Formats: sequence, structure tokens, C-alpha cells
Amino acid sequence: MSTVAANAPGAAGGGLQDVAASEASLRRFLHGLPGVDAVGLEARAATLGTRSIKTTAKAYAIDLAISMIDLTTLEGADTFGKVRALCTKGRNPDPTDPTAPRVAAICVYPDMVATAKAALAGTDIQVASVATAFPAGRAALPVKLADTADAVAAGANEIDMVIDRGAFLSGRYLDVFNEITAVKQACKRADGTSAHLKVIFETGELQTYDNVRRASWLAMLAGADFIKTSTGKVAVNATPPVTLLMLEAVRDFKQQTGIQIGVKPAGGIKTTKDAMKYLVMVNETLGDDWLSPHWFRFGASSLLNDLLMQRQKLTTGRYSGPDYVTVD
Amino acid sequence: MAKNKQAENKQAQNQQAEAPKGGLFTYAPAPESPAAAGEIATSYGHFIGGEFVDSSGSEALKTVNPATEQVLAEFAQGTDEDVERAVTAARKAFTDWSALPGSERAKYLFRIARIIQERSRELAVLESIDNGKPIRETRDVDLPLVAAHFFYYAGWADKLDFAGYGANPKPLGVAGQVIPWNFPLLMLAWKIAPALATGNTVVLKPAETTPLTALRFAEICRQAGLPKGVVNIVTGDGRTGAALTAHPDVNKVAFTGSTPVGRSIARQLAGSRKKLSLELGGKAANIVFDDAPIDQAVEGIVNGIFFNQGHVCCAGSRLLVQESIQDELLDALKRRMGTLRVGDPLDKNTDIGAINSAAQLARITELSAAGEAEGAERWAPECELPGAGYWFRPTLFTGVSQAHRIAREEIFGPVLSVLTFRTPTEAVEKANNTPYGLSAGIWTEKGSRILWMANQLKAGVVWANTFNKFDPTSPFGGYKESGYGREGGRHGLEAYLDV
Repeated sequence: MSTVAANAPGAAGGGLQDVAASEASLRRFLHGLPGVDAVGLEARAATLGTRSIKTTAKAYAIDLAISMIDLTTLEGADTFGKVRALCTKGRNPDPTDPTAPRVAAICVYPDMVATAKAALAGTDIQVASVATAFPAGRAALPVKLADTADAVAAGANEIDMVIDRGAFLSGRYLDVFNEITAVKQACKRADGTSAHLKVIFETGELQTYDNVRRASWLAMLAGADFIKTSTGKVAVNATPPVTLLMLEAVRDFKQQTGIQIGVKPAGGIKTTKDAMKYLVMVNETLGDDWLSPHWFRFGASSLLNDLLMQRQKLTTGRYSGPDYVTVD
Repeated sequence: MAKNKQAENKQAQNQQAEAPKGGLFTYAPAPESPAAAGEIATSYGHFIGGEFVDSSGSEALKTVNPATEQVLAEFAQGTDEDVERAVTAARKAFTDWSALPGSERAKYLFRIARIIQERSRELAVLESIDNGKPIRETRDVDLPLVAAHFFYYAGWADKLDFAGYGANPKPLGVAGQVIPWNFPLLMLAWKIAPALATGNTVVLKPAETTPLTALRFAEICRQAGLPKGVVNIVTGDGRTGAALTAHPDVNKVAFTGSTPVGRSIARQLAGSRKKLSLELGGKAANIVFDDAPIDQAVEGIVNGIFFNQGHVCCAGSRLLVQESIQDELLDALKRRMGTLRVGDPLDKNTDIGAINSAAQLARITELSAAGEAEGAERWAPECELPGAGYWFRPTLFTGVSQAHRIAREEIFGPVLSVLTFRTPTEAVEKANNTPYGLSAGIWTEKGSRILWMANQLKAGVVWANTFNKFDPTSPFGGYKESGYGREGGRHGLEAYLDV
């Protein structure tokens, strides 16, 4: 169970079979990754943010962004009614314009999965659930696995797990690796299929860009299907430089192993302008291969309405206002 | 609706099927309005003694938009008589200008800096039209730096006593300045701001392919109420420049341009009492070690050689890469070069604009052909180039050795030569094995190696984990055939003071 080959069959070709054979080998590998120059990374992200996306490109990007949204409610006060309302919005984001695309997924706490699943019946909208003692991740492994299995059993298509940042920051990489592989196992359904696993780093707590690159590789080696920036529950969530860095990591991983991994920035992406900047980063770092909801997602709740307002503007030529989009 | 958009995008994609960026997400054109450049007159004279005046001669030159080859305006070929008038006006203005308290001179410089900021869009668009460089660069790099230089030297004007040249340092007199076409407004700022701050007056000759922003700057001098004759602009080609540098009443000559011209100026001025500073060519080494931050190094290499179409004297035109990571780095570099967008300089999404002139394009083409003929392997991404105008694909040569012409001569275009090395000592030997010595770059995560390398490299500027970064506070200038004297920073004052 402790080798990459066992968990990520495609990795066998990348010469990465024995990376996780021991704590020492895993550390050597992660610390041998190319460093990240913070100034250069931030400058590149800022430059990509100055691309001017207009007219047809903007219309295309808005619809693409809507189709990539994991429409999310993760509040302590969530109710079944609130979740059902959100699902309705996900199915039909703009009641005045049926051509508006659907969102990619509805993201909820595990106890809401069954409700969301029922509300989304008959659509291809996925149900994503934050399991593993989200957002702090401070629970015993059996509890996290039970949390995951519960969400999968209730019908979740995707599991968003948080890593143990404490273990990561204290250098216990193998513990983090083993936990991800265990959760990946717990994503398996009775019929042999498996829920997609998104691994959340909480990059705001990892502090350095070098840590973000190491966490990315660690999760990918352990079998993550997606890597995700943050929970949305801390002060610093997704930022363009962090996301750019993760895009570069999945690009390098695919080059080395042939395995394609998805990326999901989450938290704090609120405006169409922001979303455009992220899509430009994907476009110029990874290209078409990743410009689809299969490989790139936005973890967001308020972004959708801004995209819809911009969409209405492009359709009608006039700005509407917050009362012309729904608040569910 | 969505279907239509998809169809439109598909269509756009098909139209650009050959473009490497390709893909479904094709950026729609985002053109800056040429009208933002303000009115361009059909013909220009000189700016002498605070007035726009006709040339004493009848010869006129044309400046063209290198992206379209359309003539933008005619301008005067400055005669010896024009130069005489300009130097006389500057000499006359010198008496009062140099006698002003530094704090008063500073006010004018601050005013000029603020007007440049206010009119930065106009100037950025005009610069892009006249020069061919992308609006993204004139808007985000050139103009902010131009204003910053005036602000910076405005700050020095009343603090010259504390610049390290003794109490009350004196200006030299009339400065004759000749600047190149690669950064027309920025080079003007590098020359004029310190000259005025220290109390000199100026006669400046812009390059014959890019005179428009200097003439617009003359308007700004008037708008700022700068006393007449403090700044004079005389246009023309090398003949005008030679008349200016040779003028007996010029006390200081500052030249930025090619090494051959710099050499002839040095010869011309030898034995005279004129003070001279030269910023000439370069063939910088950009050295990448195996422990470098690879993604940022790739960006730095791209910025080092493709910024401003490679029309940069400190461009990182020789990539020295450690053998062990050569393949990995070159793969990444080619992938990145495939995303560069070449085309209309006024499109806000353009990364690489037009080559400044037909003559320069011919030189780049000739040297690249020499690279192939001498056995280096040439690579460039597939990309559509516009029909009219002067264009050159971003180009990479691998398998280059120190003996190749493309490793020795300054190409001054978007052409990168890749060489390899095995040890830090070899990297230093190869980096220094050039007649030039303007700049160098080091990419490594090891701090001690950065410091060791910086000590060994014979270059005026050594960048670590970055490239082509400029700041008014930082002195700039070269070794060997890259010239002498420094511009920028406190050091930049010395060239205009009698010390």
C-alpha cells in the first residue's frame, strides 16, 4: 500500500514507484523538486492577469466558467431546504435565460449529500462532499474514513478531503501520503467504481510556495484526482500565484507519469474578472486539455451571480443588477 | 445562444488553426485606439529655445509605423546650422537654469513627471505606433519608468551636496545627447532627467526611426513651463548626431547606441575637454544552474530575450544552461515560446510586436542565417505573422558554441543562442568570453553561488533569479565594449557634474 505503483498504476512509467517507500525517500523526492522563486511566480501570475478578454472570448469564458463551478454551501446553518434551493439554482442558474449552462457540481457537507442527490436526479450535475472532518481535519483517521464512506454511500460523486496540515508542516509526509491513500480507498463503492477524490491543501496555512509544490506532488503521488487550494474557511484562500503553481505541478506530473490531474481553486473568487484571470492561467499554462469541467473547477458560491450578470450584459447590452439574478 | 458562441469560437479556432496557442479559448482582439496617441502632424521641425521651429535645411526624413509600414510623419534632417541654433539656445539658458536653487529645478522636474503620468496613455500609444513595441510594454513598463526617472532625479536636485561628490558640485554646461530607437522615451528620460537635475541644459537628438515621442515630450516641457532653451530637441540621422557631438560648445556628450558609433564618437572627442559617457551593445549571458527555480527561470529567459522584440542592449541573448538540465529546460522553454503572441502592437494581448525597421529586420535575418550556416540548430514556434510590416518569429538556436557568430555578435532581435556548461567556473569563463560586458543573469536557489558568480562576472548589471528589471535608483552601464559611465541612481549624477 505504501508505494505509488499500487495506487496510481500509470505512475509506473514515471520512475516514481519507490518514492513513497520510506519517509526518507519521500522527503528526498519532495525536497528535490525545483524551487519556487516567489517574486517571479507572483510576477507571472500578475502578467497573466492583464490579458484583455473581450467580446466572443468573454462570452465563451463566462459560459465555461459557469460550467466549471462547484456551487457551494458549507455553513453550520445549512438546512435541507437551503441545499434543495441551491440545487435548483445549479440546474437552472438563470431563470430568464435557459441557454445559461449548468454548474459542474453542488458541494455540501456529508449529511446533505442524500438531499442534494435527490434534488439533482436526472441531471449530470455532480454531488461533491467535503468529508474527512472538514475544514480543520482534526480527527482520528477512522473518523475521517467513516465520514468519507458515509458521504460516498449517500451518493456523493466527489469527495473533497483536507490534508493534515500539522503532519505536513512537521515534515511527516508519509503520514499525509498514507492518509490520502486510505481516503482514496474509502471512496470506493460497492460496485467497484470510485468517487473522485479532491485533495485540499489549505494553501494559506502551508505558507510557502515550496510547500505548495511539495503538497501538490505528494497528493498526486498518493492518487488524488484533483488538487484543491483551500477550504474557504481561513483568511487566505485561493490566490492566482498559488493556483498557477499548482497548474504547473499538474503539468509536470502529467509529463512525467502520463496521468492527468484536475485543479480547483476555492475561496474568495467572487467576480467574473477574477474567474477570467484563472481561465487565462489555465489556458496559457495547460491549454485545451484542462479547459473543461473535468479538469478545472471553481469552488465558489457568489461567483455564479456575477457571471450571470455579466452574461446578461453581453446578451442584452445593458447592465441589470443584483435583483435580476436569484439569491439561492 | 451558447451554441452560437461555441460555433463562433470554433470558427475562430479554424481560422487560426496553425497558431500554436490554438484552442477553443481564442482571445478576441483587444485593440487600443490609435486615436489615443493624439494628433500626429504631417511634418515636424525642431524644438529650439522653447519653440517649434522649421529646419534651416530642406531635407526631410519619414518615420513609419513598423507594424504597417505606413508613413506616420515627416521630420527634419537637422543641419549643422540647426545644431548651432540649438546649442546656442541651450548655452543661453544655462546661465539662469544652473543658477536656480536645486529645489526650484526640482519643481519643474516633478511637474514634468506628473504630466507624463497624466498623459501616459497618449504617450504609450504613440510610442507603440512609432516603435512597433507592444502596448502592454509601453503601458506597463516604459511609461511608468519614464515618470519614475523624472521623479527620482527631481528628488536629487536639491540634495546634490549629499551625493558624495563634495559640497556644491557644479554642472558641466550644455549636454549633447544622442539616443537610440529601442526605448525612445525611456532613454530620453535617462538622459534628460539627471542632466536637468544637476543644472545642465540639453540638446537631444532622438533616433531617426522614432522621433515622435521626443517631439511630444517637447510639448510637455512647454506645458510644464520649463524655461526656454533648457531642453532642445533636434531631429535627424547620424549626420545630425555627429554635428551635435562635434560641436565645440557642447561640454558633455552622452550616447546610447551601437558600439561602432560609440567608438567613432570616442575617437572624435579624444583630446577635447568634453566629458563622455557611452552605453553600447551587449551579449549577456543568462546562466541557469541545475538547482534553479525552473518555471521562473523559463519566464526570466523569455523576458530576457523576447522583451521588446529583443531590442534591448542588456538582453539575455546567450542562454548558458547546465548540461544536466538542458533537455528539461529546453522543452519547457519551447512550450512557453509556443504561447507567445506575435502581432499587432496595439492589441493589448500582444507579447511580441514589430521589428523597428527594415534595416534591423535584415540584420536579424542575416545573423540568423549565419547561425544555421555555421551548424546551429534553429527552432521557432509556428505562428502567423501579419502580411505588412517588419516581423520576426521568436527564435531559438541550440548547439551553439562560443565560436559561432550568433554567440559573439549582438543580434538585437528575438533570437536566443543556447550554450551549455558543466561547472560554475566554466559558466563564468564562457559568460565573460565576450567583447561586451553590460549585463548577466544567474538562476540558482543557492545564495552563496549567486554572490560568488556576481563577483566573477564582468558585467555592469548582474541579475539573480530575475532579468531585465530596471529601476531609477539602480545604476546601469557596462564594461569593455559595452561602454563607460553609469546612468541611473546616485552614480548617474556623476556624468553630469564637474567632479
